[in-house]
Amino acid sequence: MRRLIAALALALPMPALADEAVTSFALDNGLEVVVIEDHRAPAAVHMLWYRAGSADEPPGRSGIAHYLEHLLFKATDELEAGEFSDTVAALGGTDNAFTSYDYTAYFQRVAAEHLGLMMEMEADRMTDLALDAEDILTERDVVIEERRQRTDNDPGALFSEQRRAAQYLNHPYGVPVIGWAQEADALTLDDALEFYGAHYAPNNAVLVVAGDVFPGEVRDLAEEHYGPIPADPAIAPRERPQEPPQLAERRIAFEDPRVGQPYVVRTYLAPERDAGDQREAAALTLAAALLGGSAQTAVLPQKLQFENEDALYATAFYDGLSYDDTLFGVLVVPAPGVTLEEGEEALDRALAEFLEEGVDEDQLERVKFQFEAARIYAQDDPGSRARTYGAALTSGLTVRDVQDWPGIIQSITPEEIEDALARVLDRDRAVTGYLTTTEPAAFEPVPASAADPAAGAPPPPPAGLPAEPAGDAATVLEDS
Amino acid sequence: MLRPLIAVLALLAAPAFAEVEVEEVTSPGGIEAWLIEDHTLPFLALEIRFEGGTALDPEGRRGAVNLMTATLEEGAADMDATAFAQAREALAASFEFDSYSDAVSVSAAMLTENREEAVEILRAALVEPRFDQGAIDRVRGQVLSIIRSDETDPQALAARAFAEAAFPGHPYGSADDGTAESVAALTREDIVEAHRAAIARDWVYVGAAGDITAEELGALLDELLGALPETGAPRPDRAEIALEPGVEVIEFDIPQSIILFGHEGIARDDDDYLAAYVVDTALGGSGRQSRLMEEVRERRGLTYGIGTGLFPRELGDLYQGSLSTANPNAGEVIEVVRDEFERIAEEGLTEDELAEVKEYLTGAYPLRFDGNGALASIAVGMQMVGLGPDYIAERNDLVDALTLEEVNRVASELIRPEELSFVVVGRPEGIEGAVAD
Repeated sequence: MRRLIAALALALPMPALADEAVTSFALDNGLEVVVIEDHRAPAAVHMLWYRAGSADEPPGRSGIAHYLEHLLFKATDELEAGEFSDTVAALGGTDNAFTSYDYTAYFQRVAAEHLGLMMEMEADRMTDLALDAEDILTERDVVIEERRQRTDNDPGALFSEQRRAAQYLNHPYGVPVIGWAQEADALTLDDALEFYGAHYAPNNAVLVVAGDVFPGEVRDLAEEHYGPIPADPAIAPRERPQEPPQLAERRIAFEDPRVGQPYVVRTYLAPERDAGDQREAAALTLAAALLGGSAQTAVLPQKLQFENEDALYATAFYDGLSYDDTLFGVLVVPAPGVTLEEGEEALDRALAEFLEEGVDEDQLERVKFQFEAARIYAQDDPGSRARTYGAALTSGLTVRDVQDWPGIIQSITPEEIEDALARVLDRDRAVTGYLTTTEPAAFEPVPASAADPAAGAPPPPPAGLPAEPAGDAATVLEDS
Repeated sequence: MLRPLIAVLALLAAPAFAEVEVEEVTSPGGIEAWLIEDHTLPFLALEIRFEGGTALDPEGRRGAVNLMTATLEEGAADMDATAFAQAREALAASFEFDSYSDAVSVSAAMLTENREEAVEILRAALVEPRFDQGAIDRVRGQVLSIIRSDETDPQALAARAFAEAAFPGHPYGSADDGTAESVAALTREDIVEAHRAAIARDWVYVGAAGDITAEELGALLDELLGALPETGAPRPDRAEIALEPGVEVIEFDIPQSIILFGHEGIARDDDDYLAAYVVDTALGGSGRQSRLMEEVRERRGLTYGIGTGLFPRELGDLYQGSLSTANPNAGEVIEVVRDEFERIAEEGLTEDELAEVKEYLTGAYPLRFDGNGALASIAVGMQMVGLGPDYIAERNDLVDALTLEEVNRVASELIRPEELSFVVVGRPEGIEGAVAD
């Protein structure tokens, strides 16, 4: 059956791609603009991305990028606190923002005719925030509640935070986006204004508009609203402290009585997608898909769940969209009666076998065809395409890199995948974490999954299992 | 300069008309579907719901429909689990099988270029699932682990306690997954029986959107669903809502208390449903700044988020909300929620507030109809609650026609502060008269 199916896939022509209808240009003040046309519905998504995230915070001020994001919904010289969102809601639109290590982004989804008003308000709060001392204290309480809800109430999130801190000794990716509790609790108005002044400027931003819009119209509106804001000459390319060579394996054992699901996660420091240089990242993207991209057919579930019954769940994950070095991860949830040590050994055996046996070319064909088809499915959602461009352009890539990526994925050879993976799978460049409950063997584990929705057609996790990779649960703080 | 401009634009923002052309298709074999035809992208989104869902679990077999649904993609016809997944992946089709209290749902996306093959393997999964013992046991292991982990998950504990209090003795009153005991005891025969009960033609609804004509869809429906049995299992009786007013506390060592609250709700086919939706949007619904968000988050900084919603279901309706707050704040938050329920029940909405809610709802409605996946899903949802395609064009006029008197009458009937029931998981402080679990 396997051969027959593969032959079928090979015989199918690659799907004809509709014109992606993506236009990009820059304003004189350095604002980069990307327009993604989709005229099927009369809606538009307006997103403004800043090349400033938690990894750009000054030491000791963790959480300030995210706290500032909350404060941008407060007053400006033109708008009262909350008036931005109220205005969007009065038009039937939605608005929100999110913060990650490498970016902070603000977005609205409205009827396309209101695009100009969105730009007017977004341009206003790029420079004219007028914060009230009391407002900002109440909002700090909200952020602390957010941290409790996302992290402190959830042992899996605390485990993830500890693992990242162990992984990045020197690079700020080791600091959580929401901030360490004692620092986030002490952030001040001055801290917020300093970060705002240092990073919020048109030459440090990317505007992405997707939906029922035309490039000429977007350009005119952008010139009108964003054009008058001067560039900030002090903005320079980001230079963050980098990791020293890692010379020894790092291991974490995290114990918490609230854990119902012991599991093992290992993350290896790995190269990210770089402008004009994406082959290594493409090979690792395919490696993660081959190892863990399908709950049934991927290598880790096949070896650990089907051939043997070592695991209830096993997967791999990798996200190449990152300004600095990223992570390649593997996760195993041992079956009842299998210890974490045995689960980890079985995982290591499976990885070693994969490197020895090499890539199954039939499987690679299927995976590549799914990546190709994912381009068609992705066009159904202009908002998510806007996010793809925004995240890429604030992570050191160009529009060209985004557009080259599918072709690069298709051109990767089995040898490149095997070589890239072999370079990454070095335990001296990894953190291995055990998550356990304090009451031994009181509970059986529950899996997490690692599907990267931006990379091809990832499988949904098995029924009811959390879709978030356990290693990356708090990378992007989606606000509400 | 900004403010006057905004005011003018907001006035001009007359509700856009949702222009969605729905075609009602009946297949040669008599299966009905709604189609939104659009050939822009070369794929089809298909949303199928079999009404019944986990509420069909027989006595003592709780979790059967959930485990059955989760095993649909684990082998069909001559393909075992691996071969089935390989076949689907080779076509780059996506199938998601899910179950909830009122239905089994299938969300599928398939490329035009290999649609026939994709339909064939989806048909095999729905009509000829193998339910191999090995596959059942593998998926059962995952379900059991979820059940056990829910025992230390404060959100799951809160949801379960609230459901048990609301619907004792009814399938709605327990987790769809079942219990460790009931799931461990399920046999292959139970799974086959659950399939026979839950996947049938009598309660099927189909929404399709994308690159297909009505004629092609008719043929597809017969191919995909024609061989299913005519009738499934009968549904259980309506549930009696048994929530008692007061606060139930489940002690759990976390820094932040999880709080669920609510009382009886309103049926989807009630003449007052739309007015109730307006009331909820003002009080705690999503999409705009509600009273509860304003009072609990913006003014007091006591939570990251608080929300409410109407939860009408086939067999029982709730009005429910949730939030989390630091343990020391729990008592205060509960008082604020009670106060806001009282205020809106007694005073209703203000004239301005009603106008703002109408602006939001009528502006947002046309923006829903975006993308094949969203359209297919909306098409199925509307059929399930008994709305016709004309509703899309009429809906905003219905919202605009609601008067303040009507909405406030419904507020006084729907919102019942004296009936509010709270479940708190955590180490809450400042709660008077709490009932410990």
